[in-house]
Amino acid sequence: MKIVYTDSLIIGGGLAGLRVAIAAKQRGYDSIVLSLMPAKRSHSAAAQGGMQASLGASVKGEGDNEDVHFEDTVKGSDWGCDQDVARMFVNTAPKAIRQLAAWGVPWSRVRRGNREVVINGEKVTITEKNEAHGLITARDFGGTKKWRTCYTSDGAGHTMLYCMDNKAIQLGIQVHERKEAIALIHEDGVCYGAIVRDLITGELIAYVAKATTIATGGYGRLYSVTTNAVISEGIGCAIALETGVATLGNMEAVQFHPTAIVPVGILTTEGCRGDGGLLLDKDGYRFMPDYEPGKKELASRDVVSRRMTEHMRKGKGVPSRYGDHLWLDITLLGRKHIERNLREVKEICEYFLGIDPVEEYIPVRPTQHYSMGGVRTGPTGESQTMKGLFSAGEASCWDMHGFNRLGGNSVAETVVAGMIVGEYVADHCAGNPLKIDTKLIGHFMDREDRKISNLLGRDKGENPFELKKEMQQIMMDKVGIFRNETDLAQAVEELKVLHQRSKNIALKHRISSSNPELVEAIRVPKMIRLAQCVAYGAMLRKESRGAHAREDYPERNDRDWLKRTLTTWKSEDDDLPEVSYEELDVMKMEMPPGSRGYGVDNTIHHPNTEKRVAEIEEIEKAHPDADRFELQQLLNPINVPDKFRGKNERIGRGYK
Amino acid sequence: MSEQERVLKFHILRYNPQIKGDIPTMKTYEVEEAPGMTIFIALNDIREKQDPSLQFDFICRAGICGSCAMIINGRPDLACRTLTSKFPDGEIKLLPLPGFELIGDLSVNTGKFMRGMSERVESWIHDEHADNVDLDRLEERMDPDVADEIYELERCVECGCCVSACATKRMREGFLTAFGFMRLARYAIDPRDKRSDEEFYEIIGDDEGVFGCMTLLGCQDYCPKDLPHQTQIASLRRRMARVR
Repeated sequence: MKIVYTDSLIIGGGLAGLRVAIAAKQRGYDSIVLSLMPAKRSHSAAAQGGMQASLGASVKGEGDNEDVHFEDTVKGSDWGCDQDVARMFVNTAPKAIRQLAAWGVPWSRVRRGNREVVINGEKVTITEKNEAHGLITARDFGGTKKWRTCYTSDGAGHTMLYCMDNKAIQLGIQVHERKEAIALIHEDGVCYGAIVRDLITGELIAYVAKATTIATGGYGRLYSVTTNAVISEGIGCAIALETGVATLGNMEAVQFHPTAIVPVGILTTEGCRGDGGLLLDKDGYRFMPDYEPGKKELASRDVVSRRMTEHMRKGKGVPSRYGDHLWLDITLLGRKHIERNLREVKEICEYFLGIDPVEEYIPVRPTQHYSMGGVRTGPTGESQTMKGLFSAGEASCWDMHGFNRLGGNSVAETVVAGMIVGEYVADHCAGNPLKIDTKLIGHFMDREDRKISNLLGRDKGENPFELKKEMQQIMMDKVGIFRNETDLAQAVEELKVLHQRSKNIALKHRISSSNPELVEAIRVPKMIRLAQCVAYGAMLRKESRGAHAREDYPERNDRDWLKRTLTTWKSEDDDLPEVSYEELDVMKMEMPPGSRGYGVDNTIHHPNTEKRVAEIEEIEKAHPDADRFELQQLLNPINVPDKFRGKNERIGRGYK
Repeated sequence: MSEQERVLKFHILRYNPQIKGDIPTMKTYEVEEAPGMTIFIALNDIREKQDPSLQFDFICRAGICGSCAMIINGRPDLACRTLTSKFPDGEIKLLPLPGFELIGDLSVNTGKFMRGMSERVESWIHDEHADNVDLDRLEERMDPDVADEIYELERCVECGCCVSACATKRMREGFLTAFGFMRLARYAIDPRDKRSDEEFYEIIGDDEGVFGCMTLLGCQDYCPKDLPHQTQIASLRRRMARVR
């Protein structure tokens, strides 16, 4: 039995995983990162648009601060997020971006003087201040009051990931590539590491650690059309689910991005609209102002995606052999801007569509994009039900996004959560010496070995590729942008059948080493279980919140549904996950539920909302001299590691 | 985009070094072409419908991650963004990227090699203060043009096309090759990196480094990101020649 020991095991080599590893390593703990591929190829690299941090250096970001970022994030989440975590996040984001600047990310900078930008379809000249010259600049993004999304051209994710991986290399952190964690080792509610399959030799290896962090990204590939990389299959979440102890949070919260190209579903960044691009219908008509007079194309993603779908349902889509789509027009931005700030988009249009977006419109359609749900953790990033198991980034439901994530808040989460959770991982390593019986390791090793032998030994059975296709189609057709009881109930039943069938997979190519069919056979049953969590959670949630839009329950129902969905999978023999709920306490909210300011406001309010609003007014009255930091401390005291508690400086404002 | 449906012929090198006694062979697969089909779509179709053992690597399938470089009809390129309509006779020959350890079929181990490069050129900001920066304070300023120039050189996706297209590398096992020079050039223009030219010279000032390049510039010809390899190699050489 091959066993590798370490202090901190990180499953997933994207931005979040690498940042956790760096934090633990800098505190003196040995860290090993497992990755399906070289870390620099992780899906973090695909983030184009940028990272939100309230630096407020650009003139269009003036007046921005943590409070405004907090407000935008909570509204974006449709009050589904954990406000403690959102607070920790917004307060730390400026530090995270400044650290990355010191570590080497070539963030685009403010240039003093006049520049021409496109706002609301019009060319406008803005003047950047002299004293801001050379500081990190920002662009506009959906659902934000200020221009807050910091970027490097449209390769923000790429430059951040390269910087982070290089930092990890500098620190000598080992990344074990082409290794897949297929089960967690655990006993009595404590996680001890993972059983890992070497994707080249097929060998099973036990990685045993004091702290195990799941940072495997989202589960977009549960859907047939997604912007996500082919490795975003949610396997990290699935192995947490399969413990029967760890919980997954809000799995039904799945975001569709308004502008992926048709038909292949590759993303064009929100920066296109942030920089002034427009959405047009088959008549070349700009329809978004009719639906969203305030934010127009720059309402939150869930809202824009729904409005686009509504508009296409009215017969205003552009027909094509791949179904209807709409147009994204960035021609008004001009060649110079596109070639400098939207070059990835240009390349994608040239290679995959054969068009030049400087001259032609881009065919787009809302497409699965982000998983708000994931491994449920508390504010420290540790699972609430399994000690020693942590999660960060898209794989987690740390829950700063609630039911809808804002553009630019995802790469921001990876590095901020990585910083914060990484410190708690290090604390855990400090306080918890490893005590494990090798019999326990052997038990899990044997179990996984047996499963693989069974797969390789079966003569006749199901084809894993076909099962996956069927699952993806069910999710796309019945658990999509708009949802209803009939479709969801069907999806739940059909997935149950697939789950049964997935117990009988047989292979054509029966070897245990490097074998893509075996990889698929191991993953597909896990993916189907995750899909069941999404569909079942969606069926039970009888309201609309953020990206979860029920045609039969169109109102956001704070009275009955201001709660987080938790799913567990208790026994291998179960046909469905167990669902329970975690109440969100209105009386503790810094920002009690209200209107988002975009989308339809038809909220059924929670009885405590008015009470909390009154209470906050009282608190404010009682402390007339309190500044915004003191007020936040009164309304929403949070815990972050000491080193991240300082106030953030801004140009022209100092530390206020 | 051609609406005409035709049958494509993929000739693919098959070899699995994990299987004892396996012999490399070329195998042909027929695939019905669909509009907008890329090699990514075609290879998955072959794997799902004809041969589930076929090995290849794709991740982003959008030309961003650099996983899928292979030799396509004699030229190194990213398979995910290569449209099949590009090939008028419908014959497509695929070989794994040379210069790297073969995992199986079209899959090669680029990771080990790339990490080796990063370690060799010490691909990170050298500044003893980088870890002690006060994160609450305004960041260090940078000229906006300099930031753009750094990004320009940082767009490399480590796909390995330049390595496979490099004749010098064929002759000199330890040759750093274009993507290594590009990475070093990126740090050499970055004001945050405090290394001197003398220190860079220690890394690339020999035949395994920038003076070994025979200037055949396969790197420039085949870089999927159109990085300015030629200019950077020339400028590094000039810079290094001034160091004694």
